[in-house]
Amino acid sequence: MAHAHSIDTGASHGSVRSYVVGFILSVVLTVAAFGVVMQQVMGPTESIIAIAVLAFIQILVHLVFFLHMNTSSSQRWNVVAFGFTVMVAVIVIGGTLWVLNNVGHHMMSR
Amino acid sequence: MLQKTLSLNLPGSHDDHGASNTVLGFWLYLMTDCIIFASLFAVFAVMGHQFAGGPSGKDVFELPGVMVETAILLLSSITFGFGMLAAHKGKSTALLAWLGVTFVLGAVFIGLEIHEFSLLIAQGYGLERSAFLSAFFTLVGTHGLHVTVGLIWMAILAVQVIGNKKVTQRDLTRLTCLSLFWHFLDIVWICVFTFVYLTSVV
Repeated sequence: MAHAHSIDTGASHGSVRSYVVGFILSVVLTVAAFGVVMQQVMGPTESIIAIAVLAFIQILVHLVFFLHMNTSSSQRWNVVAFGFTVMVAVIVIGGTLWVLNNVGHHMMSR
Repeated sequence: MLQKTLSLNLPGSHDDHGASNTVLGFWLYLMTDCIIFASLFAVFAVMGHQFAGGPSGKDVFELPGVMVETAILLLSSITFGFGMLAAHKGKSTALLAWLGVTFVLGAVFIGLEIHEFSLLIAQGYGLERSAFLSAFFTLVGTHGLHVTVGLIWMAILAVQVIGNKKVTQRDLTRLTCLSLFWHFLDIVWICVFTFVYLTSVV
């Protein structure tokens, strides 16, 4: 298999540059998230929103630069499966919080 | 994946097809794993404020330690990436060196996590203390268990590469699956440090 590296396994393998760029972006986003909380630069609610946004961006950075997800046709089923999983995760987490908050409200447990 | 062009042009296309199906299959497993973690995060979101008179996250979490753990896991992601680049070029020595570095970083991460857990348990804040701590130990412990399995898998693959004396196509497929697993765990950790540690301390 002299041309082993040219075989597309459905997950392209990136370059030194893409890993380094992804790493630097991740470090900046991580430091920003810890900084927001440890330096207490804003109120609790704003802090939680800020770190949630930073986490969301960092997940996208990891998906693109480390997991090499893209919109090419060879990745179609990876992306479809991922999209479906995100939907299920949103239903599981959002649904759980919604239902149990209502339960808590009606049972007057808080 | 379904690629007409590659399978027509390359010799041994059946292998390639098998390899890409293996990677897609592993990806689908990771997606189911993702749903396990989603459920555990949902549990933590619900139970995170049920302290039962015990400590809250603010009382027990040490952010500098969590920051070190985060840095180590992030570093191990990029060292594994460099190992994969070496593997794709067929450089088995460089691959083994990067795998070694990644393994050490992963082992240090697990060591720090066990240290954190044992300190909490020694203070009487084990997983039986409150719903908050049960949810915390289950979620973070499940992630740690995954990293441990990743380390065992990495050691086995390193032994196989040493045994083959070169990076075979089969090794490459297995390494690709492990790299997806490893980067996936780093993504889960982003959610852990954000929604478990930082949100509890805010």
